[in-house]
Amino acid sequence: MTWWPGNYWWHWLFFTVVLIGFVLVMVLMVIYVERRALGRMQSRLGPNRTGPFGLFQPVADAVKILLKENIVPDKADKLVHWLAPVIAFAPVVLIFAVIPFQNGALLADLNIGILFIIAVSSVTTIGVFMAGWGSSNKYSLLGAMRNVAAVVSYEMPLALSVVATVLVAGTMSLNGIVAQQTIPNILLQPLGFLIFFAAGCAEINRSPFDLMEADQELVAGFHTEYSGMKFAMFYLVEYAEAVAIAAIITTLFLSGWKGPGLPPWLWFIIKIFVVFFLMVWTRATFPRVRIDQLMAFAWKFLFPLALINLFITAGQVLIWPDGLPWYVIFINFAIAGVLILFGSKLFKLGWGRSEV
Amino acid sequence: MTQPYPVKDLATTLAEQFPGAAEAAGDNCLLVRAASLLKVMAYLKGTAELDFAYLNYITAVDYYSYFEVVYQLTSLTHNHTIVVKTRCPGRNNLSVPSVTGMWQGADYQEREIYDLMGIGFKGHPNLKRLFLWDGFPGHPLRKDFQP
Amino acid sequence: MTTTEMMTFKTEPFVLNFGPVHPSTHGVYRMRATLDGEVILDIEPVMGYLHRGIEKLAEERTYSGFIPLTDRLDYISPMSNNLAYCLAVEKLAGIKIPERGDYLRVIMAELQRLANHCVAVGSFLNDCGAYYTPFMHAFREREKIVDLFDMVCGQRLTYNYMRIGGVSQDVPDEFLPALKKLIGQFDRFIDEYERFLKQNEILLARTKGVGVLSKETAINCGISGPVARASGVSFDLRKVDPYSVYDRFQFDIPVGEAGDSYDRYRIRIEEMRQSLLIIAQAVKGIPGGPVRADVPHIVRPPKGEAYGHLEAPKGELGFYVVSDDSIAPYRCHIRPTSLINLTALREMVKGWKVADLIAIFGSIDITMGEVDR
Repeated sequence: MTWWPGNYWWHWLFFTVVLIGFVLVMVLMVIYVERRALGRMQSRLGPNRTGPFGLFQPVADAVKILLKENIVPDKADKLVHWLAPVIAFAPVVLIFAVIPFQNGALLADLNIGILFIIAVSSVTTIGVFMAGWGSSNKYSLLGAMRNVAAVVSYEMPLALSVVATVLVAGTMSLNGIVAQQTIPNILLQPLGFLIFFAAGCAEINRSPFDLMEADQELVAGFHTEYSGMKFAMFYLVEYAEAVAIAAIITTLFLSGWKGPGLPPWLWFIIKIFVVFFLMVWTRATFPRVRIDQLMAFAWKFLFPLALINLFITAGQVLIWPDGLPWYVIFINFAIAGVLILFGSKLFKLGWGRSEV
Repeated sequence: MTQPYPVKDLATTLAEQFPGAAEAAGDNCLLVRAASLLKVMAYLKGTAELDFAYLNYITAVDYYSYFEVVYQLTSLTHNHTIVVKTRCPGRNNLSVPSVTGMWQGADYQEREIYDLMGIGFKGHPNLKRLFLWDGFPGHPLRKDFQP
Repeated sequence: MTTTEMMTFKTEPFVLNFGPVHPSTHGVYRMRATLDGEVILDIEPVMGYLHRGIEKLAEERTYSGFIPLTDRLDYISPMSNNLAYCLAVEKLAGIKIPERGDYLRVIMAELQRLANHCVAVGSFLNDCGAYYTPFMHAFREREKIVDLFDMVCGQRLTYNYMRIGGVSQDVPDEFLPALKKLIGQFDRFIDEYERFLKQNEILLARTKGVGVLSKETAINCGISGPVARASGVSFDLRKVDPYSVYDRFQFDIPVGEAGDSYDRYRIRIEEMRQSLLIIAQAVKGIPGGPVRADVPHIVRPPKGEAYGHLEAPKGELGFYVVSDDSIAPYRCHIRPTSLINLTALREMVKGWKVADLIAIFGSIDITMGEVDR
C-alpha cells in the first residue's frame, strides 16, 4: 500500500483504534442478531421497534445501562468489586490483536499466535471469580465457582484440538494458518471443530453450558450484584468473548479471510456471523446441563476424543508431510463419526444422587 | 363410583374393639373421641377390608361451643370412602392427637389448622405457623376473630 | 499436619435462600436450602406470601358470590376451581344439571387441562434450561385456547363461567366450529412438541431417575394428579369417581412407572392427547337445551355438609362446604392440591444438586395461589 507511512507506531495506533472500534461495533451487531434470531426461533418477533427493524436496539440498551445507578453492596470488597470487570474485559480485546482481518493485516503477527490466545483468554476467569467473591453474595459465589471449575476443565480439550490444527498447518502464527488452508480445516478436522465448538461454548458460558448465570437457578450468577457501567462491562465481555471464539473458529477452521469476489475482511465478518448464528441456534434449542454433567462431559468425553484426534492427525501429517490430500477428508469424517458414536455409548453423563 | 362406606356396621365393630371410642353420626360419618383417635385411625388404615390408605384432607370447623376436626379417608383398592370427625369442646387449649405418623400428608394441613384455628396437634414433628408469621395475634378462621 | 489432614478440606454446610422473589419458583415461594457445596442436605419451605384468607372470605359472600374468588385460587386453571366448588354446592343442595350444561362443563374443563399442561410442560422445560423456546411454543398454542375462552365468557384468565346449576351462558355460534378447528390443529402440535425434546440427551440426563417418588410415599402423602400417576398410582377421579358426564366418554389414563421427573413430563403430554379425545367426543354428542338449572341466584342449601371433588389438572381439588341454612356458607374449606403435592418435595430433593431442585420443583407443577389461598 503506497500511502501507508509504514512506521511501527502508526501501525500500532491504527490497529489499536480499529480493534477497539471493531470489538465494540461487532458486539452491538451481534447482540442485535442474537435477540432477533432467538426471538424468531421462539416463535415471536425480536425487537423491531427501535429504528428500522429494531437495529438501534443495542444502542438503546447501551444508553439505558449507562444511565443506571451504580449500586455497590455494603459488605462488598470495594477494590475487588471495582476491578473485576476491568480484569474480565481487557484480555478479550487482547485476543483480537493476533487475528488476521486480511493477509498481513493484524496488530502483531506473533509466530506463537494461537498460544498467546489460549494463554490470555484464561485471565478472564480471574475477573469472573473476583466478581463472584467481591459481591458478598452466596449466589454470586456459587456461580463464580462453577465458572472457574468449568473453564479450567474445558481448557484441555480446547488446547488439544487447537494443537491438532497447528500440526496440520505447521505454524502457530494465525496468519500462517489461514494462508496455508487450501482446504478449510473444518473438512480436514471435523472432530477438532466439534470439540473446539463445544469447549469454546463452555468457556464463554453459552448454552447449553450456561449454568454460571442460569437465570432459573441463581438469579444471575456472578454478576447479580452489578448494575450500571460495570454490568455493561460484563455484558460486553460475554458477547465480545463470543465474537472472539467465533473469530478464532473462523481463522482456524473456516480459512479466515479467504473467499472469492468480496473483499477479504468482509468475508471474515460474514464468517464470524455464520459461526455466531450457530451459537445462537444451539442456545435456542438445548436444555442446560448440570455442573457435574458439565465436568464429566469435559473430562470423560471431550478430552479423550481430543487426544485421539491429536494422535490421528499426527499420524496423518507424518504420512503426508507436504500437506494433506483431499481424500483424507472422508477418512477423517469416518473416524470422527465412529469415535463419537462409540464414545457416547460408553459415556455416562454425570453421577446421580449423592448420599446424605 | 366411590362408595361411601356403611358406617353403622363399622361403628358396631369398633364398639366391640374400642368401647366408647366411636359412634356413627349421619350416613357416612364416624364420630370418634379425641383420646382414642389414633387407635381408631390405625384400625381403619391397617385392616385389610377397610384399607383406608389415602387421606383426602383434614380440616376444622368452628361451631362456637366446640371445634370439629374432619378427616376424609379413601381406600384406593376398594374404592370406598369415609368421613371421620372428632370434637374438641371449649375454645382454649384445644388439642388433638396428630396423625402425621400414619399419613405424612397430614403435615402441612395440621400446621395450617393450628395456624388459622388454633387447635394444637400432639405429636406433630414441627408444629409452627404455616401462613402467618410467628407473632401474629389470634387465629383468623375462628368465628370470633377481630382483625 | 499429616498428608491426610492436609488433603481433606474442612467444609461446613451453608444455608441458601431461594425466593420468595425468584425467576423460577412459580410464584412467591421460599425455600431455605442447606447445601454442602452443590449437594442439597435439607430444605425447609416457607409459605404464606400469597395468603389472602379466601376461606374466611367465603363466610361473608353468598354461595354464587364466592365463585369469582375461586378463580383466583389456582389461577392457571380457573375453570376447574369453579367447577369443583359448584359440584360441592350442588351436592349439598341436591341440584341436577341439564345435559347441555354438563357437556359444556366437560368441554371447558378439558380445554383448561390442555392450557394448564401447556404452561406446566413449558415451565418445566424452561426450568431445565431450554431457554424459553419450548415455553413460547407452548404459550402460542395456549393463546388459541384462551381466545376460545374469551369468546365464551369474555375473560382471558379468571373466567367465572360455572354457576351453581350449570354454566352462566350458552356458547356463541362460532364457538363449536372454532373448537373443531383447534382440535384438528392441536394433535399435530402435541406430536411436534413432544418430538423436540423427547429423546434429547441433555434432557434425559437431567430428568431420568431424578427426583424419584415411590408409590407408597405418594399414597401416604396424599399426592394426586399427574405426580401420583407418574409414580404408578392409577388414580384418576374421572374414572374412579366420575362426576358430570365423564362416564359417557372413552379415554385412557396414562400411568408411569419410575416416578421421576421424566415420567411426570411424559404423562402430562399423554394427558393432553387424552383430553383432545374427550373434547372430540363431547363436541360430537352435545345436545341442545338449557345450560343452567332453574336455581335462584341466592341459593339457600339445607343444613348439612358436602365434599365435592374433581380431577383438576394438578390433582384432586375438592371443596368441603358446611351450610347452616343461610345465604352464605358456614365454612368452606379448599383441599389444596398443590400444598399436599408439596409434602413430598423434601424427600424427592435430598441428595440432588441445586440445579435439580429447580427442575424437580418445576416438574411437580405448583401454583402458589392454591398453596396459600
